[in-house]
Amino acid sequence: MSNRTIIPFGPQHPVLPEPIHLDLVVEDEKVVEAIPSIGFIHRGLEKLVEKKDFIDFVYVAERICGICSYIHGMTYCMSVEQLLKLEIPDRAQYLRTIWSELSRIHSHLLWLGLTADSFGFESLFMQSWRIRESILDIIEETTGGRVIFGAAKVGGVRRDVSSVKLDEIMKKLRVYQKEINTIGSVFLNDTTVKHRMQGVGVLSQADAKSLGAVGPMLRGSGVSQDMRMTGYASYGKIGFTPVVETAGDCYARTKVRILEIAQSVDIIQKCIEQIKEGPIEVKVIGMPDGEYFARTEQPRGEVIYYAKGNGTKFLQRMRVRTPTFANLAPLLATLRGCQLADVPVIVLTIDPCISCAER
Amino acid sequence: MTEQTIIDITIPELLGKVRECQEKGMRLVQICCTRLPEVLEIHYSFDLEYAFTSYRLTLQNTDTPVPSVSGIYLPAFLYENEIHDLFGIKVEGMAIDFKGKFYQKTMKTPFNPAQPSGEAK
Amino acid sequence: MSILEMGKVVLKNLFNKPVTERYPFVKKEYPSGARGKVNIDPAKCIYCGICQRKCPTAAIVTTKEPKVWTIDRMRCISCNACVEVCPKKCLVLDVMYSPCSAKQGTDSFRP
Repeated sequence: MSNRTIIPFGPQHPVLPEPIHLDLVVEDEKVVEAIPSIGFIHRGLEKLVEKKDFIDFVYVAERICGICSYIHGMTYCMSVEQLLKLEIPDRAQYLRTIWSELSRIHSHLLWLGLTADSFGFESLFMQSWRIRESILDIIEETTGGRVIFGAAKVGGVRRDVSSVKLDEIMKKLRVYQKEINTIGSVFLNDTTVKHRMQGVGVLSQADAKSLGAVGPMLRGSGVSQDMRMTGYASYGKIGFTPVVETAGDCYARTKVRILEIAQSVDIIQKCIEQIKEGPIEVKVIGMPDGEYFARTEQPRGEVIYYAKGNGTKFLQRMRVRTPTFANLAPLLATLRGCQLADVPVIVLTIDPCISCAER
Repeated sequence: MTEQTIIDITIPELLGKVRECQEKGMRLVQICCTRLPEVLEIHYSFDLEYAFTSYRLTLQNTDTPVPSVSGIYLPAFLYENEIHDLFGIKVEGMAIDFKGKFYQKTMKTPFNPAQPSGEAK
Repeated sequence: MSILEMGKVVLKNLFNKPVTERYPFVKKEYPSGARGKVNIDPAKCIYCGICQRKCPTAAIVTTKEPKVWTIDRMRCISCNACVEVCPKKCLVLDVMYSPCSAKQGTDSFRP
């Protein structure tokens, strides 16, 4: 029986983009237990809904997270639209799908870079972010913003994209897809990378289910669950099968994300083929009344927006359950029994977005 | 849009209902609290193959303790610490109790300021 | 299994032109739809104050007497809401960002 030591990990750590603190109980080099503390950046954005009217709050919702900002704004709009019983035009639904998938691609590329950085592969990190930059350029051309799209709106979307532009996007995406495949094969085939990822941080299928994991964390453990299957926006018309890997280790989660980038490109292509001319928004009539849970799939997993209105222009309650919050419990389970040197890689494979978890 | 059911329950029924959900293999989606002018509502939401069910518990005030479901669903301790910190609801028997230190905040219960205990320190 | 998967990419990068732009010799062109800073044509403005009411961050302040249109650049989030509601179409969203500044302040426009 060796001595137990507690090693603090975070809130400031080279691999962590955002502050989370973990108390790692270590026996020699082995982590026995991890206890999280969050709350360093709790901003109380949910409370702000009582002071901002439901149309203005979409700007706040978009700023909950800096990476999946568009999907936050869109999900908020979906929840309010359900309370208002608005029917969103088809073209707006397709544009929402295209932008969601673009933000998924850029988020996954960001994550791939950060992961490469966490195991010390700097050139791979730079290469991933270089491709991400081109995706951000597409986003800037279509929405006007690079990270905060500002394109979501209660009742539709704020901008239209011409069909010429859509074809251009598709051509560009095909080129970037080749570049992504090149770096993808480094992640999936390189010996050193495999050495750091295979068999590390295993989350079994039963654990993933019972601990409530979401997103690539869940799909990497062999559970086929993707909120896009519920058919919100225009996913219902496109049809796809979620990417599933069964190993449950860091490598499986990386593979899920790399394959999801390819899948997103395919979804965008199908959207561009099916999209038809038409209105992009409907007039907002009435005040939100009732309650609704809107669920969508973010790059990190399932996000839930709960909106409760009472017929005035201020919502009574707006609650956001972000994917990172749901993935904290599975993270603690995967950290149990791992080596101290593997902690940064495992923490990163849940794709932590802490300011979004604390709101 | 997907169908969702919201069912009203009372505190004594809570643990039984949650255990039933676990036996059916449902996934705990979230727990959230809502401050209404008169009462407080707690939603326990579950998902099974994209079918969404939410159990709504109505509390008259924060004096009544709520039993913790973290014995059945472990990740519930995160949500329960959250509602304890933000709304001042007493939750009994959490798997990991942060004792009000889950979020760092200047008010005791920022989302439920009407309570006498919620005034700024 | 392979070693030096990255080698190809690295070699290609070594012999190709840099992908970054040679600022300040090459200026970055913003795409036409980019959301930069709000510009006003004070001659066309009727100082109705609709933009002030629609601004989500309360960055715009207009007064009718005297006729002044004021914007706090630090508060503005370039959301385009004011441009969309302007009845005279005297507001435009420039593709350029407002320049950095060390102190807070407002920009005022008069006819």
